[in-house]
Amino acid sequence: MTARERADRLAGLAFVSPALLALAALTVYPGLWVLWLSLQQRVPIFGIARFVGLEHYAFLAGDARFWNAGRVTLVFTAVSVGLELALGLAVALALQRQRAGRRLALSLLLLAWALPSVVTAKLFEWLYHPSAGLVNVILGGHAFNWLGDPRLALPGLIAADVWRTMPFVALLCYARLLTIAPEVYEAARVDGAGRGATLAYVTLPLLRPILLIALLFRTLDALRAFDLMFVLTGGGPASTTETLTVYAYRSLFQTLQLGFGAAVGCVIFALVMLVAWAYLRALRGEAATA
Amino acid sequence: MRRRVHAWDVMILVMLAAWAVPYFWQVRTSFTPDTELLATGSVLPSAPTLLHYRAVAEKSVMPRALGNSVGVASLTTLLALALGLPAAYALARLPIPAKNLLLLVVIASTAFPQITTVSPLYLLLRALGLRDTWTALVLANTSFALPLLIWLLAGFIREIPIQLEEAAFLDGAGRLTVLRLVVLPLVAPGVASAALLTFLAAWNEFLFAYTFTATEASRTVPVALALFPGVFEIPWGDIAAASILASLPPVVIVIALQRWLVRGLVAGALKD
Repeated sequence: MTARERADRLAGLAFVSPALLALAALTVYPGLWVLWLSLQQRVPIFGIARFVGLEHYAFLAGDARFWNAGRVTLVFTAVSVGLELALGLAVALALQRQRAGRRLALSLLLLAWALPSVVTAKLFEWLYHPSAGLVNVILGGHAFNWLGDPRLALPGLIAADVWRTMPFVALLCYARLLTIAPEVYEAARVDGAGRGATLAYVTLPLLRPILLIALLFRTLDALRAFDLMFVLTGGGPASTTETLTVYAYRSLFQTLQLGFGAAVGCVIFALVMLVAWAYLRALRGEAATA
Repeated sequence: MRRRVHAWDVMILVMLAAWAVPYFWQVRTSFTPDTELLATGSVLPSAPTLLHYRAVAEKSVMPRALGNSVGVASLTTLLALALGLPAAYALARLPIPAKNLLLLVVIASTAFPQITTVSPLYLLLRALGLRDTWTALVLANTSFALPLLIWLLAGFIREIPIQLEEAAFLDGAGRLTVLRLVVLPLVAPGVASAALLTFLAAWNEFLFAYTFTATEASRTVPVALALFPGVFEIPWGDIAAASILASLPPVVIVIALQRWLVRGLVAGALKD
């Protein structure tokens, strides 16, 4: 080993150690601790702390509120992400033909994405106001109670989420579109491909990898989403917008069952990791066949 | 080349402006007197007022919360940079044992749901006597900011041609000199992008701030907004004014620092 190699090894350890220690203390350690918590009954206000094994998980298996929250989470994720990808793709394709005013276009597009989700919640709470809200005014003076009607609350919540996250998908697709060489389109044109054929056989296949990545990022974020529903609907009315994250939060900090809430948190963690793993496998398969 | 305005360009701008209407509507609401709020007749208020902003500035905890948010988001960014920049360089360029495992830990950390770690972090911060302090929020935010930052910066550093560093070594420069004189200047735009995204994420963060704070001593803007008080009825105008104040940094970033924002966002996704 040369002196330089030895110095590099030492430098590498010195450079990486502080960050690793911080990650160990702030993510790995809490990640293990939450597993241990989920095996206990912990109700701090009554001074209760005892080991109960898998009792919380066994309870969850037959807990109607848990299954409802799971269903709401999946519907929210599937519909939101589906709409975001479709709309984001359409916006990116529209932007591709934009010549003047690109900066302004991106400012208008990214505004919704950059806002704190609590601000988004407040925006939509006001837009959905039964009598004075802009949504009902535009719909011709109906008095829909968007956030109070069990049939309308989840669609209303999903609309707010699509509003704030579509720009992210659009930006990723747009950035990929900008890297496609003009010669590719030129060649398609020379081969006699019309606009539809070019889209189907040239543009979309080139966008496929970035769409899959956007799908992964957005799915993970939607499964973990909390702020928007917690502030906009608080999980109501009648638990129609109560996702797993809201259920976990209420168990943890409103009914103060730390152990039980930790168990719900662990289920969310497992769900997120499962989805990430499945996507990465699919992406790898994709790369292998390409 | 002369720029010509095409119908298509105008149409897209109108479409995107329509998408931003929920925000513009809140801007309008923040300048509309209470008497006009519940009777939506016109697009613009007939007598615009600054009363809502005055109420927020004088009677709410918003000014204090803005200070807290600026402090917490800046310190989170600085801490994450101080820890993340050397680590990113090491992961990109230096021989480290079990490097792939470390990269996996970093990626997995970015996927950690906050709701999962919020309970142990709560117990940890309480045991350390840090509840309701900036320190608690900076540490908790670092748990998601640091992995994101390492991931982005390692990518940016890998883009620098390694020959530049090799040439400097041949000239007899040491590792630290190379870092300071070759790597840092080249990666500076990337650092700016990553710092911007970190600041934005910390500014917008709600769950940790809502859980670990108890008073206005440390409540950040999103928490103050979520808890905005109404005595008899909801003060829509004041809430609108408070939302506009809460969204100032994101709006500045989207308009004035757009290039860096876009670079950071795209870099995270387009590279392998």
